[in-house]
Amino acid sequence: MELTSAIELRGITKRFGKKVIANDHISMEIRRGEILSLLGENGSGKTTLMNMLSGIYYPDEGEILVNGNPVTIASPKDAFACGIGMIHQHFKLVDVFTAAENIVLGLETEGKLDLKAAAAKIREISDKYGFVIDPNKKVYDMSVSEKQTVEIVKVLYRGADILILDEPTAVLTPQETDRLFDVMRNMKADGKAMVIITHKLHEVMDVSDRVAVLRKGKYIGDVATCDTDPQKLTDMMVGRATTLNIDRPEPKNTVPRLEVKDLTIYDALGVKRLDSVSFTAMGGEILGIAGIAGSGQKELLEAVAGLQTAEKGASILYRAMGQEDNAVELVGKDPLQIKRAGVALAFVPEDRLGMGLVGTLGMTGNMLLRSYRKGHGFFTNRKEPEQLAKTVKEELEVVTPSVNFPVRRLSGGNVQKVLVGREIAQDPSVLMTAYAVRGLDINTSYTIYNLLTEQKMKGVAVVYVGEDLDVLLELCDRILVLCGGQVSGIVDARTTTKEEVGLLMTKFKKEGAEE
Amino acid sequence: MNVSQIVQLLQSAVVFGTVIMFGAMGEILTEKSGNLNLGVPGIMYLGGFAGLAASFFYEFGNPDPNPVVCLIISFVAAFLAAALGGLIYSFLTITLRANQNVTGLTLTIFGGGLANFFGGSLNTMAGGVGQISVAVSSATYRTTIPGLASLTIDDFPIGSLLFGYGFMVFLAIITAVAMHFFLNRTRAGLNLRSVGENPATADAAGINVTRYKYLATCVGAGISGMGGLYYTMDYIKGTWANDGTIEALGWLAVALVIFATWRPLNAIWGSYLFGLLYWMYLYIPGLNRSTMELFKMLPYVVTIIVLITTSLRKKREDQPPAALGIPYFREER
Repeated sequence: MELTSAIELRGITKRFGKKVIANDHISMEIRRGEILSLLGENGSGKTTLMNMLSGIYYPDEGEILVNGNPVTIASPKDAFACGIGMIHQHFKLVDVFTAAENIVLGLETEGKLDLKAAAAKIREISDKYGFVIDPNKKVYDMSVSEKQTVEIVKVLYRGADILILDEPTAVLTPQETDRLFDVMRNMKADGKAMVIITHKLHEVMDVSDRVAVLRKGKYIGDVATCDTDPQKLTDMMVGRATTLNIDRPEPKNTVPRLEVKDLTIYDALGVKRLDSVSFTAMGGEILGIAGIAGSGQKELLEAVAGLQTAEKGASILYRAMGQEDNAVELVGKDPLQIKRAGVALAFVPEDRLGMGLVGTLGMTGNMLLRSYRKGHGFFTNRKEPEQLAKTVKEELEVVTPSVNFPVRRLSGGNVQKVLVGREIAQDPSVLMTAYAVRGLDINTSYTIYNLLTEQKMKGVAVVYVGEDLDVLLELCDRILVLCGGQVSGIVDARTTTKEEVGLLMTKFKKEGAEE
Repeated sequence: MNVSQIVQLLQSAVVFGTVIMFGAMGEILTEKSGNLNLGVPGIMYLGGFAGLAASFFYEFGNPDPNPVVCLIISFVAAFLAAALGGLIYSFLTITLRANQNVTGLTLTIFGGGLANFFGGSLNTMAGGVGQISVAVSSATYRTTIPGLASLTIDDFPIGSLLFGYGFMVFLAIITAVAMHFFLNRTRAGLNLRSVGENPATADAAGINVTRYKYLATCVGAGISGMGGLYYTMDYIKGTWANDGTIEALGWLAVALVIFATWRPLNAIWGSYLFGLLYWMYLYIPGLNRSTMELFKMLPYVVTIIVLITTSLRKKREDQPPAALGIPYFREER
């Protein structure tokens, strides 16, 4: 079949705020009868780009051509009108509706709501491409894979012939993934244009005909899948390591501070988030944790902090500075018990204003959160926290009108300084940070790097969960790579390469955890 | 209790049930869009007062008021005034994203205060005995279906029990059935429910979330306002009373929404049950002033029991709209 162009993007640019350029003059083509993989690291702008095709965002610059005609896609409705359907990573379904109700939702056809006719049409679509779907099943009764099927049928029902799937396999089992790929091949054979956003290299190789690579908002290029291999794709995806010049002294006097053994965690839905994770974080070094978003980073840190329930057999041993012989078991303790056991654990969570700080309180109030139990009397002691707030403000150069100004109204960088400042002020033996520099400008990022290195030199075990591989490689001493909740490798940050870490991050599950 | 007492109780139950039903029906429509409007009592006050005032000015300006005009004027005025209350609520909660609970409670206080203040003014303007009366309008509202209402079978006043009411009693039932049909059988109803369940999904499906929320809240308020209109025109016969009954019934309407698990058809029998429970204390012998109060709690106790059982059973269809009380705005990165 001859491949005709379905969509052409010309010089598409999208900015968020003044500083963040999510897409930088991207030009590319999507063809009919072809499955295109859009490949890139987290934050490389894949989803943003596709959101502009589905009408969620509107490009700041550039032109979109559908079937050779320039179009304006300002809303999801416009996207439907162009025949573009996007299957989002987070399903957009109403739980108490049936599959059929969800599928016809928002359609403006004449006449009354005829769910029987809709169900018949849904069955017809399912038969044609090989879906299995019950139109009358309620969404809350469905498995993740069934919900995804509803999403796909929803866009097909609307007559979409250009389908964009945003990381469709992230939530599927391998068998479900295979079924999805079969369906995708059927749709391709039917002449539909398909885009699959992914960062799993083996899936790229498995299902797609052509691969387009984005890196840091820029379009790197495209290759036919048959002409490439995972190694070449990784090179394109991560690029050559850039030099950041982060000061990294050699670790000295390393002693085990945090020993994690066989840590397994299931989430509320019964999905395994961590699979017998074992590692040791040493005092005097920074242990980086790399992995694709959602590989278990959050669960790992929260388990140590006492916010997750570990499966039986897990053990997390903590050894305070100066009391290395006295190990404290953290599994089975809640945060208060951990604190009462004298554990000096500092945690800078990913969700700064949700889990870390109270947005409507000032710096003093937020410092107080760590110390309000200390007083004896009925009244809280505000003097010490206020003093601490002032110290943090001065030393970390927090820009705020006063220490009582609501932190919610500070910039992201200043919010992070307040949080990190508070956590470091407790003289921790273990300091865990999740995406500590996300959304921060370069100067603030360096302030944070220096603070972490300072803690490391004091003998603290620093755990740094990061997403930028360049930073991980230059800041950390060792890097633990998580892949699907398993440790896929622990590498020396001084000798490893971006490619090695990248491959570990996307390692095939069937290869097993160890090589 | 003899037969006539039972009939009397049931009739009182239907009358108060109708007030509650209108209030609840409007609130169901509003809550289906994800707006929890606690301003129902205030909105019912607004509706009742506006209908009364419109009739008053028409009847006192005309020596020979036309009953049909009386009806239309008061009906439209009540609906608009109540819908205006809904518009205030919508603007504050949807456009300005104010807290829904606070806004609703404020609206209740505002509606009650406004209506009682001007209701008192109307009484003063009416002069005489210090009580206004819109006799013609009220009589129109209270007209029963000739023939049917006086039907008896073996001395049992079946006609007066089933048909001895003004048209609004039947309008309430029709509204409930129509709303059931609208919510479950029409495209717009499906869209509205999706807005209350998951506005982000509705938005992505191309549904104008803001428009649905505004419309449902304003029309819902208008329907709630009919409860106040029925109360003033029918039950207290076109007068104004500052005794707070409308407010009490308004809160019962809010409770009924939960009791009916957001289903209009359940609200029909539920409202009559609430009316029955409301008046029960008058018919139980041997109650004194304090034990009477215990029985007045019944509708609320029943609501709490329903809340507990529906929460325990966890049946998804019986739960409130998932996005109820949560303001929606498109996420920006």
